[in-house]
Amino acid sequence: MEELLSILNDRHPDIDFTTREHLIDEAVLDSMDIVSMVQEIAETFDVTITARDIKPENFNSAKALYALIQRLQDEE
Amino acid sequence: MQHNVLNDLRTVVKRKPDKIAFSNGTDSLTFAELDRRRNGVGSYIAGCGIRKKPVVVFMRKSPAEVAAFFGVITAGCCYVPIDEEMPAARIQLILDNVRSPLVICDDHTMEVARSFELGEGKAVLYSDIADTPVDEPLLEDIYRHAIDTDPIYIVFTSGSTGIPKGVAACHRSVLDYVEQLSEALDFNEDTVFGSQTPLYFDACLKELYPTLKFGATTYLIPKELFSLPVNLVEYLNQYKINTICWVVSALTMVSAFDTFSVVKPAYLHTVAFGSEVFPMKQFRRWREALPNAVFTNLYGPTEGTGMCCFYRVDRELADGEPIPIGKPFPNREVLLLNSDGQLAGPGEEGEICIRGTAVTLGYYNDPERTRQAYVQNPLQSAYPELIYKTGDIGKYNADGDLVFVSRKDYQIKHMGHRIELGEIEVSANMLPDVRMAACIYDTNRKKIVLFYTGDLTPAEITVQLKTKLPRYMLPGKTVQLDMLPFTANGKIDRVALKKQYEGA
Repeated sequence: MEELLSILNDRHPDIDFTTREHLIDEAVLDSMDIVSMVQEIAETFDVTITARDIKPENFNSAKALYALIQRLQDEE
Repeated sequence: MQHNVLNDLRTVVKRKPDKIAFSNGTDSLTFAELDRRRNGVGSYIAGCGIRKKPVVVFMRKSPAEVAAFFGVITAGCCYVPIDEEMPAARIQLILDNVRSPLVICDDHTMEVARSFELGEGKAVLYSDIADTPVDEPLLEDIYRHAIDTDPIYIVFTSGSTGIPKGVAACHRSVLDYVEQLSEALDFNEDTVFGSQTPLYFDACLKELYPTLKFGATTYLIPKELFSLPVNLVEYLNQYKINTICWVVSALTMVSAFDTFSVVKPAYLHTVAFGSEVFPMKQFRRWREALPNAVFTNLYGPTEGTGMCCFYRVDRELADGEPIPIGKPFPNREVLLLNSDGQLAGPGEEGEICIRGTAVTLGYYNDPERTRQAYVQNPLQSAYPELIYKTGDIGKYNADGDLVFVSRKDYQIKHMGHRIELGEIEVSANMLPDVRMAACIYDTNRKKIVLFYTGDLTPAEITVQLKTKLPRYMLPGKTVQLDMLPFTANGKIDRVALKKQYEGA
């Protein structure tokens, strides 16, 4: 989780990602953030995020995103 | 000969009044509706006695915004698009530069518009003016007196001094560009465009004007879809979109996530992309998914009116080989000038300079910076002839195609946006408690990295930069240092910074 928070904080050091739950709906994260983050997440956690995973419910909070990463790690 | 970009609209509305011209899926305008509204907007502006003036259009990307653009041209004025994505300070700089008598807003932007210092200007709602009774004699008089060297738009691009530059382009440049581009990409009346780029750059010329020329249809794709690759391709299929001219990062977003194993574009036959390096692996995925589609690389600076050169990818490219920029469209020439101001020889690097009708009018209300970039053709001194120096370094490959090599300065391309790193540095340096700031671009991770010395935390810096810079210019990483490295002659050593960053 620490590593994920640091990836998120790199882009938006002014946002408290531990509490926010509508990152997409409130446009905290935009498409550029998602594209560049997914690449970094894939490298950091050694997972493959595919098109099917890229939907708002997986990116709306750090918690949801972390759950996605864990799910992908378990599958591999 | 045509002398007005709206001539095509006047003809096509008679042939295809009920065909959809612009749509975003929910809101649509047929050619007849588009024509009615642009005449309404035009009659309102002309009725105010405003002529040959910049008119700011501050609306969300929508068919209505397009109608507002055309309405401004109908009144013999030029449109200046601004967007709520731009931070307030930047919008104010633009407003101060153009001193527009009118700001056309929609319901989303009206309140924000009122918070700006508009000087003599006033803000009006598009919905209040689009149905203005059409004053045909007045509009006809304006149309007949239009000159094809009059500006039709001013779009603002990043400037290294922190002040954005407003590139003004005229009817003739746009007419010529649309003609050449349509020929090169084979647009016709069956073309269905899927527009990705924001309307506040010249990139949208590719869809806007060919739609009028051929009576084609453009779908303005909602921005959110560009973070949802599966939904995006489903949208293309739903509206039978067959032609896209997107920035490379939008295309790679789709291919990198293996979207094509879930859904493939079913109607797409023409794919154009621009100004950035297309990673070969991603390009091949597109080709595999669409083996029959035509792929074309486009290159050109805003100052050269849209795109200037094109390369149709008709052969296999080697792994490390960049996709060439290719050759200029007809009726414009690229002068590749070496440091002596002479034409570069085969294989020699030189600065890409553009000559011809495509060269825009210059930077609006900015003679000094105009003089630096729009210069007399150094190859002849017999009569005045301006060329535009792009600052891009290129060379010719063995096939005689132009290849992009690098930049002369600190301008970068980030997610399709043209950015002066200097502008970010200036904005950071202006913050109280920042002693010194410097930016580099991490090309591999596609991240702007800001280094600074001073007493603010990275979070405090980001909060303040958000009020000064457009979102796409915000650093992806902000690093506090005890001191910045300097070169022997006292400049910030960006090479050392980059090494330090990559080693970290």
